[in-house]
Amino acid sequence: MLIMPSILAIGFVIIIPLIFSFYTSFTSYKLTRPDSLFNFVGFRNYERLIDNTKFWYAFGRTILFLAVVLNLELLFGLGIALLINKITWGQRTLRTIMMFPMMFSPILVGFQWKYIFNDNIGLLNNFLYLFGYESAIPWLIDKYLAMGSIMVAEIWANTSIFAILLLAGLLGIPRDPIEAARVDGCNSWQVFKNITLPFLMPFIFIALTIRSLDVGRAYDIVHIMTGGGPAMRTELLWTMIARVGYKDANMGFANAMSYVSIILSIAFTYYFFTKLVAARRDLGQQ
Amino acid sequence: MKQIKKIGFWLLVLFLLILICLPGIWIFVSAFRPNPEILAKPANWIPDRWTIHQFTQMFSINGYVSVPAFKYLMNSVIISSVSTVIAITIGMMGGYAFARFNFKGKNKIFLSLMLARAVPGISLSLPLFILFAKIGLLNTSIGVIIVYVAMNVPFTIWLTDGFFRQIPKEMSEVARTDGCTRFQAFWNVELPLAGPGIGAAAIFAFLLSWNEYALASIITRTVHSKTLPIGMMDYLGEFTINWAGMCAIAVVMIVPALILTFIVQKHLVSGLTFGGVKG
Repeated sequence: MLIMPSILAIGFVIIIPLIFSFYTSFTSYKLTRPDSLFNFVGFRNYERLIDNTKFWYAFGRTILFLAVVLNLELLFGLGIALLINKITWGQRTLRTIMMFPMMFSPILVGFQWKYIFNDNIGLLNNFLYLFGYESAIPWLIDKYLAMGSIMVAEIWANTSIFAILLLAGLLGIPRDPIEAARVDGCNSWQVFKNITLPFLMPFIFIALTIRSLDVGRAYDIVHIMTGGGPAMRTELLWTMIARVGYKDANMGFANAMSYVSIILSIAFTYYFFTKLVAARRDLGQQ
Repeated sequence: MKQIKKIGFWLLVLFLLILICLPGIWIFVSAFRPNPEILAKPANWIPDRWTIHQFTQMFSINGYVSVPAFKYLMNSVIISSVSTVIAITIGMMGGYAFARFNFKGKNKIFLSLMLARAVPGISLSLPLFILFAKIGLLNTSIGVIIVYVAMNVPFTIWLTDGFFRQIPKEMSEVARTDGCTRFQAFWNVELPLAGPGIGAAAIFAFLLSWNEYALASIITRTVHSKTLPIGMMDYLGEFTINWAGMCAIAVVMIVPALILTFIVQKHLVSGLTFGGVKG
């Protein structure tokens, strides 16, 4: 069978570790005490998780983060795609330029925006300085601004995926139904709502599926920009896992947390994927 | 009225372009200037004094180097290329199978492969760290390569599946009635046709490995296996950051990525959307 090697590779790197971490999530395993690997504690890690308010804050923050970021990315991406779709001259060049943020490593995106948002030497504060804002705004240190700054970085990095894929969708839309609708007296909003959008739906869900595969990469950005600070205000599930697992060496507890995050990611992906299948069926392309 | 609308439209496009490009340009410029100038206020866009000090320091092979960037670069190149070659070979086989054969539970297997990819790197890193420590793969290039192969395979399957679907089934059938074996038909007819698409998938896989941080930061420990994204963190001191050095290593990281993106962009989009829409 041709897919066996793929399944083997994934089995070795993903499935076996997952089974192993599932087991450790039921033990009190600490990196510093190897023998604790066999200390079975049942559901105690999960019970501690439920009682842990810090965890629930991080969980809620992660959900909020994903909701805000994904929605805005979709919205901006759609806007940019519609904009570029109107351009006839230089469209290809623009499309290429738009792909650039997509290929920035998340760690690089984090660093770049850390630099821009730096309260002392950052580009943004320097820019505001020109307009007379003498006092430096502590973008990454203020408890509310920090989260916003991270979201900006995340949106900057990933909007282009939406824009590119939606643009591909827009270019593939047949012209006839749009012209027919125009002749029948639809205004441009009605055309968009009733013709363009349904055609775009599969592409929207492709983009969301691809994005949801990678949401965990936000860890890189948060890790380098704030490291979860100030005072855990930007702590997402992923940074919390890393901290508890490696800094506190509390593997059992961290694995219990990572199971929650894994289920979260898989649920997102699965949801969008089924939506994608449904949208395809609506268009009658199956 | 129409004129105003047009001007507004182009202004909007220009604004977007600036928003997309400016951060990158700023990093690029900063890589070539001395550290004090970075700290200047107000911002100094065109450096008074261009310098390649950061680059010479990074790449000097003998003598004292604070950050052995050359070694990191070599690690990155080796790990990314080897893992890409393996992932593409394995993934192509899988993609071909999904595009051409019908078997039980095909859609379910496809979906579960994709879901395996959805596991966040950091969650995966905990058990991998323990397992790799047990079997001695921690802090080796081979360990990182194995991980990247598995990370890249699902996406490669998604892309190549789309490309193989675009090739009419009849072509391989004709080749086979003319006496080719299935493999010969694949090798001589279908593979060359899907070639550009597979190249795109390869570059995509390469970039994913090139840019990965969360897993590599756990598996790699020393200069033997650290890749560029991990090496970048060397410039991050506990209290100070060497901004110029960081910008310089960022440039080293990004230039190959941008060039590859430029080559690949057309096929990548068609692969993603085709595999998605008609899958």
